[in-house]
Amino acid sequence: MLDAILQMDCLALAEAIRTRQVSSLEATSACLEAIDKYNQKIGAFLTVFQQQALDQARDVDRRIQAGDKVGPLAGVPIAVKDNICTTFGPTTCGSKILANFRSPCNATVVERLMRADAIIIGKTNMDEFAMGSTTENSAFGPTHNPWDLGRVAGGSSGGSAAAVAARMCFGALGSDTGGSIRQPAAFCGVVGLKPTYGRVSRFGLVAYGSSLDQIGPLARSVRDCALLLNVIGGHDPKDSTSVPPEIVPDEDLLARLDQPIDGLRIGLVKGATEGADLPIRQAIGRAVDTYRAMGAEVVELEIPALDYSVATYYIIATAEASSNLARYDGVHYGYRSPAARDCMEVYTRSRAEGLGKEVKRRIMLGTYALSSGYYDAYYLKALKVRNLIRQQIFAALGQCDSILMPVAPTTAFSLGQMAADPLKMYLADVYTIPANLAGIPAISIPVGLDGAGLPVGVQLLGPAFSEGRLLRIARILEKGAHWTCQVPAGLTV
Amino acid sequence: MKVQVVVGLEIHVQLSTQTKLFCGCPVRFAAPPNSLVCPVCLGLPGALPVLNKKAVDYAILAAMALNCQIASFTKWDRKGYYYPDLPKNYQISQYDLPLGKAGFIEVQGDDGGIKQVRIRRVHLEEDAGKNLHAGGAYSCVDLNRAGTPLLEIVTEPDITSAAQARALAVELQRIVRYLGVSEADMQKGHMRFEPNVNLRIETDGQAFRTPIVEIKNLNSFRALEASIRYEADRQVQEFLESGQVMTSGNKTTRGWDDVRQVTVLQRQKEEAEDYRYFPDPDLVPVVINTSWLDQIKALLPELPLRRQIRFVQQYGLSEYDAGVLTSDRSCADLFDKAVEAGGRPKRVCNLLTQVGLRVANERGCSVGDLGLSPVNLATLASMIEEGKVNATSGVRILEQMIATGQDPMTLARSMDLLQIADSSRLESIIDQVLSMQQKAVQEACSEGKKAQKAFNFLVGQVMQATKGQANPTVIAEMIRKRLGGA
Ligand SMILES: [Zn+2]
Repeated sequence: MLDAILQMDCLALAEAIRTRQVSSLEATSACLEAIDKYNQKIGAFLTVFQQQALDQARDVDRRIQAGDKVGPLAGVPIAVKDNICTTFGPTTCGSKILANFRSPCNATVVERLMRADAIIIGKTNMDEFAMGSTTENSAFGPTHNPWDLGRVAGGSSGGSAAAVAARMCFGALGSDTGGSIRQPAAFCGVVGLKPTYGRVSRFGLVAYGSSLDQIGPLARSVRDCALLLNVIGGHDPKDSTSVPPEIVPDEDLLARLDQPIDGLRIGLVKGATEGADLPIRQAIGRAVDTYRAMGAEVVELEIPALDYSVATYYIIATAEASSNLARYDGVHYGYRSPAARDCMEVYTRSRAEGLGKEVKRRIMLGTYALSSGYYDAYYLKALKVRNLIRQQIFAALGQCDSILMPVAPTTAFSLGQMAADPLKMYLADVYTIPANLAGIPAISIPVGLDGAGLPVGVQLLGPAFSEGRLLRIARILEKGAHWTCQVPAGLTV
Repeated sequence: MKVQVVVGLEIHVQLSTQTKLFCGCPVRFAAPPNSLVCPVCLGLPGALPVLNKKAVDYAILAAMALNCQIASFTKWDRKGYYYPDLPKNYQISQYDLPLGKAGFIEVQGDDGGIKQVRIRRVHLEEDAGKNLHAGGAYSCVDLNRAGTPLLEIVTEPDITSAAQARALAVELQRIVRYLGVSEADMQKGHMRFEPNVNLRIETDGQAFRTPIVEIKNLNSFRALEASIRYEADRQVQEFLESGQVMTSGNKTTRGWDDVRQVTVLQRQKEEAEDYRYFPDPDLVPVVINTSWLDQIKALLPELPLRRQIRFVQQYGLSEYDAGVLTSDRSCADLFDKAVEAGGRPKRVCNLLTQVGLRVANERGCSVGDLGLSPVNLATLASMIEEGKVNATSGVRILEQMIATGQDPMTLARSMDLLQIADSSRLESIIDQVLSMQQKAVQEACSEGKKAQKAFNFLVGQVMQATKGQANPTVIAEMIRKRLGGA
């Protein structure tokens, strides 16, 4: 029975709980059991709300029994990345400097999950302040890939991806600034959606690159991503960049998910897959075949400005980060160096001791880019290139319904393999960054395994606020790939 | 040697919005430390700013009153620097697209005429908190003020004396109070000044400029004037001793020691402080369209200095009276309306300055809050004018009008303060008095000192008999006629 429960996706579980075929207590206990069994090895969760989750599960069961109306995620255990504020448990962002930070408020997405009666089962591991692509930059130890514990789970939402893959939860929230949802989703064999910038409230998301950050779901099916986005999306007056209801269509993303799309056109960017490993290129090839078989037309696109996306991203994101992270100074909250002897040392020592190497590297990069005398050459120019990239992507999306691209040039690599070469690491973000720069939605869908038995994902990008259509296009591929809900080999649940 | 002081002012004015610039925390003075704070103004992780539109309304109104061009598109920038009272270690401000620019303010010049001082820019920003150094090995930070809306106003260096700088500051205080955008209470730190001071020196047919000194954080008119005066003298001395002149890199920063009445060097070189300004990605730009502008423009009143001059020219009031009346906008409004309703300007002015402003002051409110109707005020002025009540009674009636809200005629009647204008009634009272005071009548008809004394006595007796409700001049005239005819 446990096995059967953990094979379900959120939607199936929610339905089973509502119809009292399965209790939320059973499902929550099953997740807690999996966490108990594997978290030591995988390092997906930083905090587990065992008691609270069980209490909530019992409460949902009771309400369903009483015939009360419950939310769309009633009783479904969901994990939340640790840079999303909760009033319960710490919100560490994977950093020593916030190791003991407790937020006085819930992120809007957390409020919405709770309103939907989801069970928030724990907070997941991540690269410190979401800076990284491996979850090795966590101050609390790395997350291991459930498919191969010697490999990285990807990042920065590695904890969320690994937790969903290892059946420690049914779905999770991550954040995506340059690929932090999609890349770990691909590495761990789950679906990951980065929504359009402004579709999901950032209130309560600890900022990394504010103009790029977006919260999104990681789940075991495309329809779960639709369900989770239904719950967390929509205007929030607490976030000035959250798009008002006149612009975000108030739609049920599940309603038309399985409807076919007539005259579907899939775009391939010329030369884009050249830098990717063979299994990735093959996966793209198979995806193209799947769409063709469905009668879709494949169009070739040219987006020359994409060549500059990594450089542009690492200037804009780090510039914003250098300012966003200035507040972690040891004065008001968070880690304060016990060795500090005066105000200046409270700043310098607390930050020196409290922040990790990659975070410091990016703060320095960003500070440099914003410094007087360099601003025009770096930050301002990056903004202009960003605009150019955005325009070219918008134009390309005028010629097709969705752009098909790899998520990353490789499948999950070994822990420690990239640590010595940050530049190579940065360059691996080449496929995911464009969606953030353009503010458009993009989804990572697992389509199979490579020769080493590691998941391979592909990515679909769509126009701003076209999540409804993008999910339908992704659903076609998901059906064609016959991948849904695979349990990592070697894990017994 | 000819010395001319040159001053540009940077002024911070706290806006009197109900809530802070980017969060819903109330703006209030003297609350317990850190009691008016929330995740946003504390800069907690995950918190996001949401613009208080009212603050923009106020800022536009102020910028309009300062004759600025209002930006149709403006945005928010982060100004980065580390300071314990700045929770995010950046301040949300406006950098290259200020809300208003290229304006001017009119002040009374040294010669009494109007002088225009150009305004370079007006922008909106959030205030920081306060560091409290109570002594000991630590400091405390109070963030109640953090996030309070501030208007920063920067003038061009058009000010040519310390007194003029003060006059400008006072005029600005009057303007922002007039507009209702700031309480501009100096005691509460609602206005802070940072003058940039240097000298233009002409000697031996050559002209020199001394290095610019910025005096930081002055919070009284007195300190503003005294520090500029001191600084001008100091710079003369320094120039005579060192001959140092202004260069692009030798601006210094000085503080004002209010006890010793001297400026004190704070920072030697303006070490090109790098604030790393960049557009705040958490906020969207502000687009100010014409309908928004029109809405605000409709709220723009006649400015106090212009009004003061009009009161002198149009109504013949003294400079002093016009200044007093226009110090409180509601008082000047009431004055205008009462005059319009037929009150004689000088009478209305006296009533307002002698009673209205005094009572308002006692109550700690503005004249407009006293509930006086312009028509009633005009009526009272006319009653005094026509001799129906005397000026002293007028004061008492006005006090009662404020206290009870009743109209002046009703009050004059119920208080029995109406002067007897009915001459037949007066005649009969005079008859009575004269018949009862035969001795005095005889003396009054005689010659010399005694006669005058007796005459005055008779007038006094009649006044007494009328309970003071008659005009003594009229009575005297009537008695004189009667005695002359007798
Ligand atoms: Zn606040």
